[in-house]
Amino acid sequence: MGTLRRLIRHRLALFGALVVLIFAVFAIFAPYIAPHDPYRFSLAKKLQPPSSLHPLGTDELGRDLLSRIIYGTRVSLMMALISVAIGLVVGVPIGALSGFYGGVFDLLVQRGVDILLAFPGILLAIVVVAILGPGLWNAMLAVGISFIPTYVRVVRGSVLELREKEFVEAARALGTGSLAIIGRHILPNCLAPIIVLSTLQLASAILWASGLGFLGLGAQPPTPEWGTMLGRSQVYIRAAPHVAIFPGLAIALAVLGFNLLGDGLRDALDPRLKGRF
Amino acid sequence: MLSYLVRRLLVAIPTLLGVTFIVFSIVRVLPGDPAQAMAGVHATQEYIERVRKELGLDLPMHVQYARFLGGLLRGDLGRSLRTGLPVGEEVWTRFIPTLELTAASLFLTLILGITVGILSATKPYSLYDHASMFLSLAGLSMPVFWLGLMLMLLFSVRLGWFPAAGRGGLRHLVLPSVTLAASSVALVARFTRSTLLEVLRQEYITTARAKGVRESRAIFVHALRNALIPIVTIVGLRFGALLSGAVLTETVFAWPGVGRLVVDSVSARDYPVIQGAVLVIAACFVFINIAVDLLYGVINPRIRYD
Repeated sequence: MGTLRRLIRHRLALFGALVVLIFAVFAIFAPYIAPHDPYRFSLAKKLQPPSSLHPLGTDELGRDLLSRIIYGTRVSLMMALISVAIGLVVGVPIGALSGFYGGVFDLLVQRGVDILLAFPGILLAIVVVAILGPGLWNAMLAVGISFIPTYVRVVRGSVLELREKEFVEAARALGTGSLAIIGRHILPNCLAPIIVLSTLQLASAILWASGLGFLGLGAQPPTPEWGTMLGRSQVYIRAAPHVAIFPGLAIALAVLGFNLLGDGLRDALDPRLKGRF
Repeated sequence: MLSYLVRRLLVAIPTLLGVTFIVFSIVRVLPGDPAQAMAGVHATQEYIERVRKELGLDLPMHVQYARFLGGLLRGDLGRSLRTGLPVGEEVWTRFIPTLELTAASLFLTLILGITVGILSATKPYSLYDHASMFLSLAGLSMPVFWLGLMLMLLFSVRLGWFPAAGRGGLRHLVLPSVTLAASSVALVARFTRSTLLEVLRQEYITTARAKGVRESRAIFVHALRNALIPIVTIVGLRFGALLSGAVLTETVFAWPGVGRLVVDSVSARDYPVIQGAVLVIAACFVFINIAVDLLYGVINPRIRYD
């Protein structure tokens, strides 16, 4: 209960949670909220400025920008959730085993992580896209893979600390097997950093997936993806600045929401994590 | 110190080897027939065979890797499939503009980030503090490519103050470097503020104030010197973020750098160039991180490398 109370008292975190919630509602109920069909084009109405019929104007094919941004919430949130899930599912077990067993396995894993971390930021995702080819699913996979080293590092760090604790020793004395100790005693105690990291990674995932989209390496047209929309907007920036303004605003707001929520969760769950994220 | 440097460089060798292996693999793990994938869907059989021969894809894997490393040591990274020019040459001409852009952004990060952070820390919870901390939060959440578009819209399309694209004099550098620096400035400002506030609570600052030292002296001479160590670390660690952001920033502003080269080559499936450019960026990053480590020792003599 203490955690929830601390989170609610954290005004910025609450604001972040609200933003995330609104985007989630947009994503789930997109067909009911969007005023128009996001794919229906009409060249006669292309690049119109905002009006009462099209609150955010129309894009280069005359499609309603607001509807495309609302449907884009679906694409961006799905991409973010799946790529974070990939990082989580692969990174957490590797990090836990590496921290728990140590030795040669740990050494190999850590050198592997060093190598992956030598590709700064979005570059690793671009390398993966270079291999798999551009596209929505490949971009998701690329972002997910580039999250793995961070999860490995963070979980390994927590496990290293926990495995020396008395309750682990007690479990071992009772004859509990190593895997059971990791699953039942160690991982539940790593939940705080994992939750905080995942929330912050959701923000990064939205940034990176839309970045790939902007570069033409992510979701392909006509998918209403925020970054992809921005990439196309640059050509028309003089004639129709609204096409460049609004999708980016959506990205910035969503990222801000997850960042604030992540910061708040960190302070509420475990203030000691402050230096680590 | 020297032995530490040597050891750090030795540890970097397996990392760099790993990087070369990944870069080497990019071409070899392409789905289907790599030669076919590189040549493109519409390539003739003859062209596919030429690509296969040129890259030695018909040889056993370990021979291929040995040849790749050997070429690397001689500075031979193969030839671009698009232009036919040596990859080393292509990457090198693109490297200087990227260096120029990241250096300018690093400079902005240091000057602006630390200044904003100090001003916030000296007047905590003031209107200025809240405003600058909110702005920096916004700066951290904005996608760098969107910020670039917005700055371009305002300062070149509307006001006409700066050119919208390309590389030239100092005026061309302003918008891209501000764009690239924004998130780093924000991060360093927030970090400087919190670090300085922590140091200002230390007892030796109270002592200094009690002695009647002027507040500005207490902050700049007594506190800042100790706060500077973690701050410089953070600035150094931002280098990777800057290199990564350069990929996007260069695309927005048509800046002829290595980042844009990577993106263009991925779109054109020019794999030798992808390999060369990615390798150079990663190697650069590895060495910068070593340099940052060594810098701590210079700023903080208490750190002993042993």
